Amino acid sequence: MMIIIFVAVVALLVFWIIGSYNRLVGMRNQVLNGWRQIDVQLKRRHDLIPNLVNSVRGSMDFERDTLTAVMDARAKALTATGPADAAQKEGQLTQALGRLIAVAENYPTLKSNDSVRTLMEELTGTENKVGFARQFYNDIVTKFNTAQQVFPTNLFAAAFGFKPAELFEITDAAERDAPVVDLSRR
Amino acid sequence: MNLYEQQTANRRKTWLIMLAFIGFLLFLGAGFDALYIGEAGGFVPVGSLLALTVGSVSSAMSYFAGDRAVLLATAAKPVEELAATATDDEKLKLQRLSNVVDEMAIAAGIPRPRVYVVPDADPNAFATGRGPGKSSIAVTRGLLDALDRDELQGVVAHEMSHIRNLDVRLMTIVAALVGTAALLSEWARRGMMSGGGSRRRSSRDRDGDGGGGAAGLIFFAIWAIAIVIAPFVVQALAMMVSRKREYLADASGAELTRNPMGLARALEKIESAVAPTQSINRGSAHLCIADPLGRSVNLKEGFWSDLFASHPPMTARIAALKDMAFQGRT
Repeated sequence: MMIIIFVAVVALLVFWIIGSYNRLVGMRNQVLNGWRQIDVQLKRRHDLIPNLVNSVRGSMDFERDTLTAVMDARAKALTATGPADAAQKEGQLTQALGRLIAVAENYPTLKSNDSVRTLMEELTGTENKVGFARQFYNDIVTKFNTAQQVFPTNLFAAAFGFKPAELFEITDAAERDAPVVDLSRR
Repeated sequence: MNLYEQQTANRRKTWLIMLAFIGFLLFLGAGFDALYIGEAGGFVPVGSLLALTVGSVSSAMSYFAGDRAVLLATAAKPVEELAATATDDEKLKLQRLSNVVDEMAIAAGIPRPRVYVVPDADPNAFATGRGPGKSSIAVTRGLLDALDRDELQGVVAHEMSHIRNLDVRLMTIVAALVGTAALLSEWARRGMMSGGGSRRRSSRDRDGDGGGGAAGLIFFAIWAIAIVIAPFVVQALAMMVSRKREYLADASGAELTRNPMGLARALEKIESAVAPTQSINRGSAHLCIADPLGRSVNLKEGFWSDLFASHPPMTARIAALKDMAFQGRT
């Protein structure tokens, strides 16, 4: 009788561990997928910037500083590795782009130029996509980390090689209150 | 209610409605059997089997073709197709729509739905399909012209929530069942009218049993009434399901954009455009973000509105969203 109870308890425990393990694996894949989403959007942004800078360069000749800041930030962002590092460098790029968009607002010739408007819409869209991908990624990372840290999962999570994932966080205080510029608003 | 509770509730409701529908089919068939076959002595429930088969096949067909049928009925065109021939100004608007849908799909973490534009000057929007990855979002021409980027984002987020919460699946199933119920009860009614006379005569010929006849008559009366009111009951059911969904979709849409005011302003603009949306008919009214028919039953809450209105009062929705924005700020 005792043996049956013992076997039953062990079996339950094993099932529970298998279940938790599989759940954590599922979440880890979600996190990876979320990160890939951000990565795709960041790449899009990197590809867009040279086009944009080229098409506004003529009209904004004396804003050379703003344009160089964007190109520099882009070059730096290309070298980023891992979420935390990327978050910091991409944050600076977001900031530089925000300034560029704000400055471009002052040039009526730019605002009426169709190809620039299209590029600006693409840029606004991409900026938003980066933001929403980050929002989604951080949400699932938080869930994944919480699932690892709660008792009793925390007893074996580390032993199976689960590590808390990095948040894609804005570390720069100045970037936090960077102006949200939306050209489509009239 | 969080996302998973909403999805679970929708799954449960879907099963319940399907069970109730199977019950309805059996009832319809059993009545037919009792009236036409049962008295003849043989016991092959032809009616029940027929109702079940026809009902299932017809429902399954409308379920899988439902989104295409709705899009076809509204003359919606894919955004990519429109962009190919649009002017520069138009192209920018379509691109904006396409970008906003991308953004919201990312925020919701679901595959990007297909995007359509309905050629109608009244601002409105709807989502249809069978769940994430198998859905479409359609907005009217008027919506694209009237709303700015933030407002458009709010509306698309609302529709995206309908898809993610599995509201569209439930709605497509309900629509398929409403169609089938209407079809079957129409058949049964016609059958009654043409076959009723001859049946009465033949049963009188066969047996003069008064008791059985009275019980049969009562059953027949209930059956006949059920057949006539069935489409209305199912329709009322659809409306009740739909109303609750709208508040939830508003709330989870705001959760996606983190900007309730965008949707609130969009709803104000949609409401101030009083003209009904011509190209969206009564059958798909419950899919839209705002009632395309502009019926007064949607203006208040209460028993009758609960039964027949597809949408909660616009003022209540706007107030709820503004409340969210206010709470977010403090």
